[in-house]
Amino acid sequence: MGDFIQALVAKYNYWIYITLMMIGLYAMIAKNNLIKKIVGMNIFQTAIILFYVSIGVKKGGTLPIIEHGHGAHSHVVHAVDYINPLPHVLMLTAIVVSVATLGVALALGIRIYNRYHTLEEDEILSQIREK
Amino acid sequence: MIWQLDLAILTLVVIVGIGAITVKDLLGAAIMFGAYSFMMCLLWSIMGAVDVAFTEASVGAGVSTVFFVAAVFRTTRRTKD
Amino acid sequence: MKITGLIIAVLTGALLIYATADFPAWGDPASPASTHVSPRYIEKTIEETAVPNMVTSVLADYRGYDTMFETTVIFSAGVACFLLLRIFRREEPEERLYRHVLTGVTIHVKKGGKLPPSDDFERIDTEWTPHDLIIKTMCRLLIPFIQLFALYVIAHGHHSPGGGFQGGVMLGASVIVLAMSQDLRTAVRRLREKVDALLCATGVFIYAGTGALCLLLGADFLNYRALAPLLNVDPIMARSHGIFIVEIGVGIAVMATMIWIYSNVSSSGKYDEGL
Repeated sequence: MGDFIQALVAKYNYWIYITLMMIGLYAMIAKNNLIKKIVGMNIFQTAIILFYVSIGVKKGGTLPIIEHGHGAHSHVVHAVDYINPLPHVLMLTAIVVSVATLGVALALGIRIYNRYHTLEEDEILSQIREK
Repeated sequence: MIWQLDLAILTLVVIVGIGAITVKDLLGAAIMFGAYSFMMCLLWSIMGAVDVAFTEASVGAGVSTVFFVAAVFRTTRRTKD
Repeated sequence: MKITGLIIAVLTGALLIYATADFPAWGDPASPASTHVSPRYIEKTIEETAVPNMVTSVLADYRGYDTMFETTVIFSAGVACFLLLRIFRREEPEERLYRHVLTGVTIHVKKGGKLPPSDDFERIDTEWTPHDLIIKTMCRLLIPFIQLFALYVIAHGHHSPGGGFQGGVMLGASVIVLAMSQDLRTAVRRLREKVDALLCATGVFIYAGTGALCLLLGADFLNYRALAPLLNVDPIMARSHGIFIVEIGVGIAVMATMIWIYSNVSSSGKYDEGL
């Protein structure tokens, strides 16, 4: 029991990220509506980005911006004092790319609606089969 | 980092995430997704990832929600699930 | 399908939760991710690039190659949206509707008909909804400040959170606000579609061009030290200025792409009244 409490305190963040990822995955597989699927895709994406950003967290570290940056070379910078900036960089670009892919997904959704006049997957499939 | 705040926002994120995929109105889902993105932004600023939080606040909560609303406006609000 | 989906999601989740047993504890400073590459970035950023915000220096300098292709991905997404949705309607519609701004009278102009030469008419679509005066005025007042703040965010990205991506999105959002509070035609009149598409490509070109310029000056691709003689500063400041040039490119590309995607999605490619 003591071990479990320890693991819970150390890892509860990861477990909630996995829950979010499960919500996204479920929406992508099981939802019938295309916009709902896109929302699920975005939730999945943000859950993974959340996980990546949390890797960079250091207990006792501060923001990855050095104080008194203007020509103050005197004080030595220690890596332990600052949060890891690398996951932030990778995920920052990933967020902007995710909105661009969201635009393409919505464009595809609009095209499908213009052709079949519905966004429901089963209705689209039955219309395709009728032809 | 304050773990009480962290846990509270994580719970809210899960609730809003479930809400976004279960609400039976696509406009509602779009707005719920905006709320979800904003919660995410708060979570990242708690973790100290200020640049990522800033990006998410402008991209996720701002522009994505507008895209969703625009797409719903051009298609339909109706959804079966 | 619902049951299958639930089972798959729960199985994947259970597998991942099982895998967290091997993870380092949350926020552990000694975790592998924090001990290998990143200490060098953290400790050398001031020394090598004179940029206090590590995220900016890693984004545009140490990992500039990565960011360049991310910008290219955004550009291609804009082009994909355009190709998917844009409809070029060559033939005239049956009748066009114009609204007299002062009196609110709508006149129908038949095919081939001409409008009396006056500035008091605005082109409308079939469903005209009145513009809310409060929203219109507020947005008009706010847009310059949004744009000013966006420029600040791009220019001050070296010292505070911000940079090309955030500033570009905000610049794009300011035009989107204009398009939402009035109509898409007003926004397109300010920023033509062709100009927008050209800006989109220009942003990527500035980024790649800076890299190619370094190549021409005899250094590696995107090694901004080579720009020192051109900018008339020492090599460390040249890296700082190189990051700034690249951020401007990113900002332009992201701004133009956001506007492009919005105008295509909100009017489903017809470029009419929009949202």
